[in-house]
Amino acid sequence: MTGERFRIGFLPLVDAALPVLANELGFAAAEGVAIDLVRDMTWATVRDRLLYGHTDAAHMIAPLAIATTLGKDRPAVPLAVPFVLGLNGNAVTFSARLAKETGLADTLGDPIRIGAALKKVADARVAAGKALRFGVVHRYSSHNYMLRYWLAGVGIRPDQDIEIVVTSPPFAADALAAGEVDGICVGEPWNSIAVDRGVGHIALATAQIWRRGVEKVLAMRETVLDERRDAIEALVRALHAAAAHFVEPGAAEESADILARPEYLDAPRDAVLRAITDRIRLVPGGEPIHYPDFMFQYREAANFPWRSQAAWLYSQMVRWDYMAFDDAEAAAAGNVFRPDVYRAALAGSGAPLPGASSKLEGGLDEPIGAGSTQGRLTLGSDRFFDGRAFDPDDIETYLTELP
Amino acid sequence: MRIAIIDTSAGRAAVISDGLRDAGLDDLVLVDTSKPLVAQIEAAAPEVVLVNLENPSRDLLEDFFAMSRALARPIAMFVDQSDAEATGAAIDAGVSAYVVDGLSKHRIKPVVDLAIRRFQAFSRLQRELDDAKNALAERAVVDKAKAILMKRRQIDEPEAYALLRGQAMRTNRRISEIAEAIVTSEALMGDME
Repeated sequence: MTGERFRIGFLPLVDAALPVLANELGFAAAEGVAIDLVRDMTWATVRDRLLYGHTDAAHMIAPLAIATTLGKDRPAVPLAVPFVLGLNGNAVTFSARLAKETGLADTLGDPIRIGAALKKVADARVAAGKALRFGVVHRYSSHNYMLRYWLAGVGIRPDQDIEIVVTSPPFAADALAAGEVDGICVGEPWNSIAVDRGVGHIALATAQIWRRGVEKVLAMRETVLDERRDAIEALVRALHAAAAHFVEPGAAEESADILARPEYLDAPRDAVLRAITDRIRLVPGGEPIHYPDFMFQYREAANFPWRSQAAWLYSQMVRWDYMAFDDAEAAAAGNVFRPDVYRAALAGSGAPLPGASSKLEGGLDEPIGAGSTQGRLTLGSDRFFDGRAFDPDDIETYLTELP
Repeated sequence: MRIAIIDTSAGRAAVISDGLRDAGLDDLVLVDTSKPLVAQIEAAAPEVVLVNLENPSRDLLEDFFAMSRALARPIAMFVDQSDAEATGAAIDAGVSAYVVDGLSKHRIKPVVDLAIRRFQAFSRLQRELDDAKNALAERAVVDKAKAILMKRRQIDEPEAYALLRGQAMRTNRRISEIAEAIVTSEALMGDME
């Protein structure tokens, strides 16, 4: 028992589930840590509270942890990520008008075919002097990078053929309804809420763009990690136990009850339940469809902070901030993810521990056994929609080959 | 130096702008948070922007500042690296300040310090107001309980008050709690006779 308290900042999103459930269901107490959750409405505030000690750790979009470490837009403060809070779970939602214009079906379609339809509309809008506008949750978000990766891959040049702006998740449905944006890429339950309100149609799950894309992380100041290493390892164990529970088929109802509460997501329980059971209602009034691994948790060591995932995010930061690749920055970005802490925390627990800290991303077509120092590890397909693979040891070549 | 204030609380925005004006900083723009923010900021072209920490538009604003689509000079969050406590104090007070590139520190610091003091003063006022409201509500409930006791027991006001006070002392509770219990039970059982 360490008897340590952690104040953890979060935004009302389904993937804040693990710290919430670790707190509510006793996984934190079992590891001797107490969690106080601090709810905010913007990532800027989550970041500021973390940097100035209002919180000890935070639920954070992974690229923001890297941008903060590298000192983009503000003086650098090194952050550390010992645990990934989940993979994917986001969607691209079109306004009702754009859904009609692109002939969106009531099933999840092929990203390339939808992209081709979207390109026609985007080109027509540019010609008419009113470019399409999409909202993402933050400039330094996986949403921004996944959306841009897809758009560029289908021939729509972000910032030239389409405008990308920032729309906070709780206001995304309003922005769609008001016609401020033609599409959004946000996390759940905010796509589902837009559909339920009749203002949006879900076009794609981000898992269709990158099958195993890294999403939220547990971030903290590096100095806090160094000072409270033992307690943080206990916190990692608590979150890992919460993740194991979260994917139990019988747990979804109770998880949805808890997450929907006013102090957490303050959102309709049914929308939350659909997101955590991979059942997505794509069109207003439609029956939810089952899309396996819409939001990916726990299995395949999904919470392991692969440095190669941080490296991919850095590659996209270079790409879309239109900056030069820098070896030192790439190394610093990769080092934000701390597989060493994850391994130390879970050593002896039976949890599968990858032997490597970095891997080829997007190289697997089908499940394959992977090297582990503990437990049996199988990794499923992690393809990007365009079939490209990312080699973290050669980011520069990768960048030159991207459209 | 033009200063824009973006605050979801109109009352606090007024308290801050009064303070800035008193200090001789009178080139102020109060941004209407019910209307699109970016267009207002573009039109105002401020050198300093004060935003309440919990403003739900901060991600959007930071993106706009970073992209500087219309502003001549990029705007960044004011972070005083030589004095980390200063920025921490601003965050504690609930204010985030953004300044245009190149504005000298000795010009910004007084503005930020003043904003911090005004934010703190506003929080204090808010607390005092809440306390006053609570006190008023408590007095009202005690008056009601006294009226109930006077009617039920056929006693006068000082006797009713003494009853309340005696019960509060014996049970180690506040008079208003006892009064609330009486008012509640009267509401539930008052018409049983």
